[in-house]
Amino acid sequence: MTRYAGNAEALRALVREQEVHRDVYVSEEVFQLEMEHMFPNSWVYVGHDSQVPNAGDYFGTTIGTQPVLLVRHTDGKVHVLHNRCPHKGTRITSETCGNTGKFFRCPYHAWSFKTDGSLLAIPLKKGYENTGFEQSHAAPGMAPVRHVRNYRGFVFAKINDGGLDFEEFFGESLSSFDNMIDRSPVGQLKVAGGVLRYMHNCNWKMLVENQTDTCHPMVAHESSAGTAVEVWKKAPPGTKKPMAVEIIAPFMSPYEFFENMGIRIWDNGHGHTGVHHSIHSDYSAVPGYFEKMKAAYGEERAKAILDENRHNTVYFPNIMIKGPIQLLRHFKPIAANKTLVESWTFQLVDAPDMLLERTLMYNRLINAPTSIVGHDDLEMYERAQEGLHSNGNEWVNLQRLYSPDEAGQTNVAVNGTSEWPMRHQFRAWTKFMTMGM
Amino acid sequence: MSMVAEAPLKNAVPTDQELIDFVVREARLIDEQRFDEWLDMYADDAFYWMPLEWNQTDPRLTCSLMYEDKLLLSIRVERLKGARTFSQKPKSRCHHVLQTPQVDSRDAAANRYVTWTPIHYVETRLDEQALYAAWITHHLCVEDGKLKIKLKRVDLINCDAAFGNIQLFM
Repeated sequence: MTRYAGNAEALRALVREQEVHRDVYVSEEVFQLEMEHMFPNSWVYVGHDSQVPNAGDYFGTTIGTQPVLLVRHTDGKVHVLHNRCPHKGTRITSETCGNTGKFFRCPYHAWSFKTDGSLLAIPLKKGYENTGFEQSHAAPGMAPVRHVRNYRGFVFAKINDGGLDFEEFFGESLSSFDNMIDRSPVGQLKVAGGVLRYMHNCNWKMLVENQTDTCHPMVAHESSAGTAVEVWKKAPPGTKKPMAVEIIAPFMSPYEFFENMGIRIWDNGHGHTGVHHSIHSDYSAVPGYFEKMKAAYGEERAKAILDENRHNTVYFPNIMIKGPIQLLRHFKPIAANKTLVESWTFQLVDAPDMLLERTLMYNRLINAPTSIVGHDDLEMYERAQEGLHSNGNEWVNLQRLYSPDEAGQTNVAVNGTSEWPMRHQFRAWTKFMTMGM
Repeated sequence: MSMVAEAPLKNAVPTDQELIDFVVREARLIDEQRFDEWLDMYADDAFYWMPLEWNQTDPRLTCSLMYEDKLLLSIRVERLKGARTFSQKPKSRCHHVLQTPQVDSRDAAANRYVTWTPIHYVETRLDEQALYAAWITHHLCVEDGKLKIKLKRVDLINCDAAFGNIQLFM
C-alpha cells in the first residue's frame, strides 16, 4: 500500500508545529522516500579528504543508502562517484579504502575507468560497434555525483541538481567546522585513530534528535555517568581526577547546567548545543598546546578559538560534530528501523598527541558498542522504536519551550533545554522531502 | 552457587596447570556473574583491552572497543547492580567456551606469565543472542602468593565489524 509516494500533502501532514507522526520513524515507505528525495536534495557528508591523500586513493561510503566512492583524481581534485559498474552494477571496489592506481577496474568484466569516473576501456570493444553504445547509460562510465564541495577538508555531496547551493544550505553553521579546524595550530585536521561502528535497531532520526536532547543525560545516563561519579567519590582524597572521570562525570550535570548552556538554531535544520559552555568546558589543559596556538594565532585569537566550547553541532540531515574534541558522528540510514552509527575522530595537525588520546578515550567511553553510555542511549531508542507501534497515540511530542513565532527565525540562541532544534530539523525534513515533488 | 574458590598457589612460582586453572576460573566467574570476585583477580594497575583493529599494537593513539583500568571496570560492575540500569532490564547472561589455555611464556624472574586462549562467547538478553569468537591473551603475575591479571587482551575475530550492544565481559 502506498500512502505517501508522490503525495507531498500527506508527507507535510506528518510534521506539525509541536508534534510529528510516528510514520516518520516506523514507515518503510517514508524511509524509501527519504532515500529518494530528502537525502538527494540535501548536502550530505561523504568523508574527509585526509582519507584520500594521494592520487588514486579511494574511500567507499554511502549517501543515504546509495553506495559512493570518494576518490582523489590524478589532477589532485576529490571526486565522488557512484560505486557501481555502468555495465552490470557490480560494486567496483573490494576494500573500504585503498589505492586504485591510475584507474578503476571492474572485477567482473574488466571495464576500466579513470579516477574521475570516465570510461577508459572495455575488453573486446568492437563488440559494441554499431550498437548505439555511445548513447547508452553505460557510455559515460561511473556516474559522478555532480555537486561536490570540499569545505576545509570535509567533503559534502548533493545528488540532485535542484535544491540549495552549498553556502545557502549551511549558512552560518559552518562556523562550528571552522572552530574545530582552527584548533589545529596549522588549521588542518587528519582522520586518525580508527572508526567505531555501532549498529542501532532504530530510526536514524532518533539519533540525530538525541544530539540536542539535553533533558536525557541525567536520567538515561544515571546508570553510567551517575555510577561513575559514585565510584569516583570513594577514591582516596587527593587522588588526581583521571581523564575518564573528566569525560563521563559532566553527563550528570543538573538541569540548570543544560538550561544555561544554550542552544543555537540555524537555517535548514542545523544547530548546536553549548552556546555558553558545555560538558567539554572543564577538561584539564594539555601541556604545550596553548603555547603552540598562541604562536600560531596570537594570544587573543588563540583564546577565542579555545573558549568556544560548543557541545554538539548537528548538520542536517545526518551528522554531528564536537569541535572541542574533534569528533564526527555519522548516522547512516539502513532501514526505517536500522541505523549504522560511525564515530570518526580527527587529529589536530601539529598539536600534542594527548589531545588525540583524550578524543579516542571519549569515543570509546561514549560511542563504542561496548560503551555503557551507548548502552543507555540505544536502550531508549529501541524502546521508542517498539513503543511507536502502539495505536494508542500516533504522535511524538516535540513541544518543550515552543513559541509560535519560531518558524522563520534563524541564528538565535535559546534555552538549552528547548526542543526547538528538533522542531527545526523536522521543518527542514519537510522542506527537503517535498522539494520538487 | 558452585564452589570455585580461589586455590592458593602451592609454590612461589605457578605451575602451567595453575595458570590454566586461573584463566578457566576467570571465565567461570564472569558466566556466574560473580563480578566482585572477578574484579579481585585483577591487579590494581591492570587493563582490560579489546582492540578495534586487527593486530593492533597501540591502545593510546588507536581507538579500541575497550581499554579500561580497574576504576572503569569497577564502574561497569557497579552499574550492572544499579536499579536504573535500563539496558540491563532484563539482564544479559553470557557463556564462555574455552579451548584449553596454552602457556605462551613464563618468566619467573620477571614475574610475568602469558597464556593464550581461543574462545567462543555467547551473550544473550531476552530474545537476542549473539555469538562472538575471540582469542584471549592473559598477562599474569604473582602478588602476595596469588595470581593476578596485569593485562587481559581480547582479540575478536571480527574486531572491525559493526556490533550491537556488548554489555558483559569476554
